[in-house]
Amino acid sequence: MQLQAEAKHVEHSEFVSFTVAGQAFCLQITQIREIRRWQPVTVLPHAPADVLGVMNLRGAVIPIYDLSARFGLEQTAASERNVVIVVSVNDKPVGLLAEAVSEIISIDPDDIQETPQVDSRNTMDFIQGIISQNDEMVRIINLNAVISSREQVTQ
Amino acid sequence: MTGSILDTFFEECEELLEAMDAGLAAIEEGDQDPETVNAVFRAVHSIKGGAGAFGLDDLVAFAHNFETVFDDVRSNKLELDEKLIQLLFRASDHLSDLVTCARDGGEADQAHHDVLIAALGEYIDGEEEELVFEPMGVGATFDPTPLAEVQEARYDIRFHPLKEMFDTGNEPYFLFQALSDLGALSVRLDDSELPGFEAMEDGESYLSWELTLVTSESRSAIEAVFEFVEGLCELSISSEGEEEDDADALAALNAAFGLAPAEEENALALPLEPPTPETDETPAPAPAPVEAEAAADMEPDAEPEKAAEKTAEAKKETAKSSGPKPTLRVELDRVDRLINAVGELIINHSMLAQQIANLDVTDTRDVETELEGFKNLARDIQEGVMAIRAQPVKPLFQRMARIVREASAATGKTAKLITIGETTEVDKTVIERLADPLTHILRNAVDHGIEKPDVRAAAGKGKVGEIRLTAAHRSGSVCIEVKDDGAGLNRKKIRQIAIDKGLIPENAELNDGEIDNLLFLPGFSTATEISNLSGRGVGMDVVKNAVGALGGRVNISSTPGEGSVFSIILPLTLAVMDGMVVSVAGHTMVVPITAIVETMRGNDDMINNLGADGTLLSIRGSFVPICDVASSLGLRSSSHSEPAGVYLLVETENGDRCALAVDDIHDQRQVVIKSLDGVCGNVPGVSAATILGDGKIAMILDPESIVTASSSAAVFDTERRMNNAIAS
Repeated sequence: MQLQAEAKHVEHSEFVSFTVAGQAFCLQITQIREIRRWQPVTVLPHAPADVLGVMNLRGAVIPIYDLSARFGLEQTAASERNVVIVVSVNDKPVGLLAEAVSEIISIDPDDIQETPQVDSRNTMDFIQGIISQNDEMVRIINLNAVISSREQVTQ
Repeated sequence: MTGSILDTFFEECEELLEAMDAGLAAIEEGDQDPETVNAVFRAVHSIKGGAGAFGLDDLVAFAHNFETVFDDVRSNKLELDEKLIQLLFRASDHLSDLVTCARDGGEADQAHHDVLIAALGEYIDGEEEELVFEPMGVGATFDPTPLAEVQEARYDIRFHPLKEMFDTGNEPYFLFQALSDLGALSVRLDDSELPGFEAMEDGESYLSWELTLVTSESRSAIEAVFEFVEGLCELSISSEGEEEDDADALAALNAAFGLAPAEEENALALPLEPPTPETDETPAPAPAPVEAEAAADMEPDAEPEKAAEKTAEAKKETAKSSGPKPTLRVELDRVDRLINAVGELIINHSMLAQQIANLDVTDTRDVETELEGFKNLARDIQEGVMAIRAQPVKPLFQRMARIVREASAATGKTAKLITIGETTEVDKTVIERLADPLTHILRNAVDHGIEKPDVRAAAGKGKVGEIRLTAAHRSGSVCIEVKDDGAGLNRKKIRQIAIDKGLIPENAELNDGEIDNLLFLPGFSTATEISNLSGRGVGMDVVKNAVGALGGRVNISSTPGEGSVFSIILPLTLAVMDGMVVSVAGHTMVVPITAIVETMRGNDDMINNLGADGTLLSIRGSFVPICDVASSLGLRSSSHSEPAGVYLLVETENGDRCALAVDDIHDQRQVVIKSLDGVCGNVPGVSAATILGDGKIAMILDPESIVTASSSAAVFDTERRMNNAIAS
């Protein structure tokens, strides 16, 4: 039984890693719908700092969040070099601004370590685990926490 | 399969219930026309028939009682007095409940059911007549084809073309030719009306024909031949040896239409009465011509025949023009898909236009002409599609009559609902989603607005409170108004409650309008004792939210002692609107055209300072406050000196004017509304977004909220508190 489950996990754990404010983060590849080059977005009046605005994704209006500001890091000065990672949360597309996409990494689920206790409550919520990749720490983002807490604030 | 037929039955029930309510309302207004009574009777009978076919026994039993009483009314055995009318209304409400119960499952109020049955029973005399009750196939009801005769019959046709017929290029010869295809035809020309050569007028029609046709085809086949000259000729078709069949056919038809055989005399006499507008409401279009002709057949005399002929014509015409038009039931999804596609088409058009403008071509005139044609076509399609969704508010208003009835009964007040503008057409979604807010407003109007009868009498008002429900189109939006002639809002009390509930600080300075608006704060309820009617803990904020979700707004105005007016203003369409594309602090935005009264380019002379930070724009001698859109949206600091840019003069719903300062006006175009719901929640000052020709998203501004936000900090706070409360 256990063997089977393990084999299954090993097969499916592919992550896309990217950098936000110089730190490495990643999302499971199945959570990502597409990755687009950054284009200026339409600013929403009275929006909080981590809401960059809205973007036209093939006729749909989708909100774009600045992951960096969301994590409490400094705001990203968005430029052409940056990317927008379009993810789907509760069937709604949402765009996340990241500095750059790095690579696709394949991970054995057993290698995922629990987030060590740190002081920042916010960070703890948004990171669901960490991976060591080439001696570098990659943080796995808890997408639901990032988006849903956002929604609570705006709605 | 049964499911889908059942669905059809319930859909028809809804129409029938509407017809019934409309009829009852007309009767209450003093309509004496027997046709109105018949219409109600037929509606009830049809519901009963359908319910019988599906074995919905409760419904059948109640409908039967209802119908029996109504049958006595119809045959003038019962006098329609106030008490009976009220009972009939309650019965009709209950019938509608029963239909709902049958459809959605659940139990109707059994006690209420019994009370009504007993009350109806009082009117039913001992010798209850057995009503002809024929379970009928739903849908087949209006189909006269089974009447087609198989055996040969001889038809005598008298045909006199009017001169209009020749004007339209019709030729009798071709008609006769078509007739001869049906069977053996003999034609005789009647030139008796032909005057002498000198007296003859150019273009006048003097000739008639008498045709005899022996055919196995039905009468309708013959009528079909004359279909194109209907109204352009005098036509009578009579048949020999067919009267009996006709009578049978008539009986069958009557049965199909829920007319008892006893009704036949009545039905036959009908065409001789002038057609009344009420017949518009009857769901019986098809048999009218047949009945009328049957009447003509039975007239032996030549002269009356002509008269009957004319009524037959007239009747045919009314039936044609006023009967329910053929309709098509389409899934709403399909229409919505079409609407989305049209939205994309309009966006696509502006993208094309943009691309062409960017092209390095000197002469684009030809393309632009075509593009203009494209735009017009897209607009036509869009309007057509929206028209599919548009429905008159009448059914909604009729439901409201019931709300007022029930509310008055529950509070011991007497109130009557007057509806105006029932034919106003509004998007279907709007109608559906308006039911709750309207119900709430009306209940409030009865519960809090209208005074008790004795109080009214003391105030010198009529005992019966009047609530006017009005719908009207007003420059691109729909305005629905509920006006009562009650006591008006008790502002002192409202203010006190708001203070007690901690909604406003005790020392808040509020003007009348602001106090009225406190009603819309969440958790506000003026009922000191919880009445079982409106004080259910849900406040007027529910109304505001529901209307807000439709892109509309609610206003209150009230005069103490004279009553209050609640107006709901909604956009006409939910998908597309005309907007003015402007730029504000480097951002492209859209302002709804309907809000803009006037646009002007300002210069420094026109700007006057008022106090420290107030600025007024002088327009032809009057002064209007300036509201800088950029600073109100937080896109520019408000300390920024007013730019001598462009001003859009807007008028808010309560009549205040304000000049919105923007940097520039670019264009005026149709924009597709993309809701921001679920994208980023509520954004103050912005109602929705749209996609422009370059693929960028532009915010659609809500002038109303920008003006209120900037004009009064107190109101802004209130608004913000409300928004926050809505958000949580």
